[in-house]
Amino acid sequence: MWDYTEKVLDHFRHPRNVGVIADADGVGEVGSLACGDALKLTFKLDAQGRIADAKFQTFGCASAIASSSALTEIIKGMTLDEAGRVTNQDIAEYLGGLPEQKMHCSVMGREALEAAIENYRTGRKTRKILEGKIICTCFGVTEEEIERVARENHLTTVEQVTNYTKAGGGCGNCKGDIQGILDRLAREREEAARREQAPPRRKLSNIERIRMVQETLERDIRPMLKHDGGDIELVDVEGRRVIVALRGMCAGCQVAQFTLKDVVEAKLREFVEPDLIVEEARP
Amino acid sequence: MRNVYFDNNATTQPAPEVLEAMQPFFREWWGNPSSMHAFGGRVRGHVEEARARVAALIGAEPSEIVFTSCGTESDNAAIRGVFEAQGEKWPVITSRVEHPAVHGPCCRLKERGARVTEIGVDGSGQLDLNRLADALRGGPAVVSMMWANNETGVIFPIQQIGEMVRAAGGVFHTDAVQAVGKIPVDVRQTPVDLLSLSGHKLHAPKGVGALYIRKGVKFKPFMLGGHQEDNRRAGTENVPYIVGLGKACEMAAAHREEDMRRVAALRDRLEAGILTTCPDTRVNGDRKNRLPNTLNISFEFIEGESILYSLSDVGVAASSGSACTSGSLEPSHVLRAMGVPFTAVHGSVRFSLSRYNTQEEVDYTLEQLPPIIHRLRALSPFVENP
Repeated sequence: MWDYTEKVLDHFRHPRNVGVIADADGVGEVGSLACGDALKLTFKLDAQGRIADAKFQTFGCASAIASSSALTEIIKGMTLDEAGRVTNQDIAEYLGGLPEQKMHCSVMGREALEAAIENYRTGRKTRKILEGKIICTCFGVTEEEIERVARENHLTTVEQVTNYTKAGGGCGNCKGDIQGILDRLAREREEAARREQAPPRRKLSNIERIRMVQETLERDIRPMLKHDGGDIELVDVEGRRVIVALRGMCAGCQVAQFTLKDVVEAKLREFVEPDLIVEEARP
Repeated sequence: MRNVYFDNNATTQPAPEVLEAMQPFFREWWGNPSSMHAFGGRVRGHVEEARARVAALIGAEPSEIVFTSCGTESDNAAIRGVFEAQGEKWPVITSRVEHPAVHGPCCRLKERGARVTEIGVDGSGQLDLNRLADALRGGPAVVSMMWANNETGVIFPIQQIGEMVRAAGGVFHTDAVQAVGKIPVDVRQTPVDLLSLSGHKLHAPKGVGALYIRKGVKFKPFMLGGHQEDNRRAGTENVPYIVGLGKACEMAAAHREEDMRRVAALRDRLEAGILTTCPDTRVNGDRKNRLPNTLNISFEFIEGESILYSLSDVGVAASSGSACTSGSLEPSHVLRAMGVPFTAVHGSVRFSLSRYNTQEEVDYTLEQLPPIIHRLRALSPFVENP
């Protein structure tokens, strides 16, 4: 059995707000019989524009029913702007947590809420807002959706993405594409972190420059070269010219020039100074 | 709280007689049957007695029985053992509805370059024999087809399949884990070359199984490092469990017919009761050729896991082919291979009975189930609710 919290079981056994509001202001429907879960959410606003009532109908497992029930409880009394900020984590937290493999139930709740708000604002009655490229054809999950859920929930593995969005949980053919999206998000995160950390550029003294070149060599370059059986040594720093000697497999390697320019120089320019020039020491 | 166990295709309650028979082999007769002293010698005889009991249940010679750790090991050892014994040259033919214990090793052989053909089934879960005949035209093959399906209980025409494989010069393995102890299984009459069985599906404990290897069939052992089991499965014998399996087989041989006649009547009562009290339900699988204990039934518009949790709340244990219960997002491969619509796959529930079930339990379940189905349908967006 799944490790459901008491609160999940309570909302499954005694779901709150079951049904359909006949004269609803907003209607959101997501999922399908084929997908294995589906949710229809309806809400009614009061004179102040707050959600006076919300009802749901769900086809799905115990946690899908509990997530839907929790969602209706959470959004009652909220303005639509407030409701628009409800995330899938809010639903999961309300229930005291959900098993990892069941997080997609909370995502379905958030999607239905968005669809219902969209329906109120535009009158559009889409079953699911499909924007962008579909990545998972088994469950109809788009790139945008995967990106968003991955960002909001700090997901780093394909398995997690499957748990949260179902994408990749069918034939599995899209797992490579999902990994591609995760890789791109990881690169974006790294770049953002680097931008934050990067010290303001100022003129370096020669001592500082040598120290930073040394550090960068040790930290970012030597481990990489050693991995391929090579090594590098700092010979001298003359102004903006960094003179190095390649060792091991790198010495006499056909692609050494490429290594010097595209790896060593690029890293030193990134971490030390943007106008450094790397040269190989003459034998 | 009630305790109604209808999940016997997953595992069965160990028979008290079986546990009783095992006890001395933990406390007193703990010797190694291979040893050259009295501690071992006393034990060897009991292992051989168990072997004879297993053999008798399926009509084999004792020397054709190899003890293993479980049904999955038997399946792995059989498929790999025959494939390797044929120099890894033969194609492999299997079905689309096999247990993962067969599907997994076949996939591995495919990775190793084997040509693997999966034969489909029709809407009732019956094997497409024409497709099998086509596949066998390619010459001898390693064929692995289950005797009875764990999810639907559908029984394959093993006699016919065996004759076809034999005519083609191939080797035929059958995963009979669900069949043994429930229906007649006799390898003297049925041309199977290897057969897997599992202890915990017939009231022995988990952790013991057996593989029947017909005399003369080429087999390369999979577990290496000892001469046990006549060099077919290395490793010190799991004596207490082997004795338990022997006892369980002896009991099955003595009582199977009578037990299963009663179990079939209970299953039929359950089936008829559900079909009359719950609208929009359908039975999955060939009702004529089906294990006497198994009922696979779909409740439209609702999802299996929520049915199981609700049943569990009233003390009834069953299982489902829905995606949510599998740990993956894919619903039952068996029901999908049969072309059961997605809607019905997600709402499928398997009730599997045993000799320990009673009519009172069936009637209790028939009382509890309709309100559960009604409640979940009232929650479903796919049902027109008043």
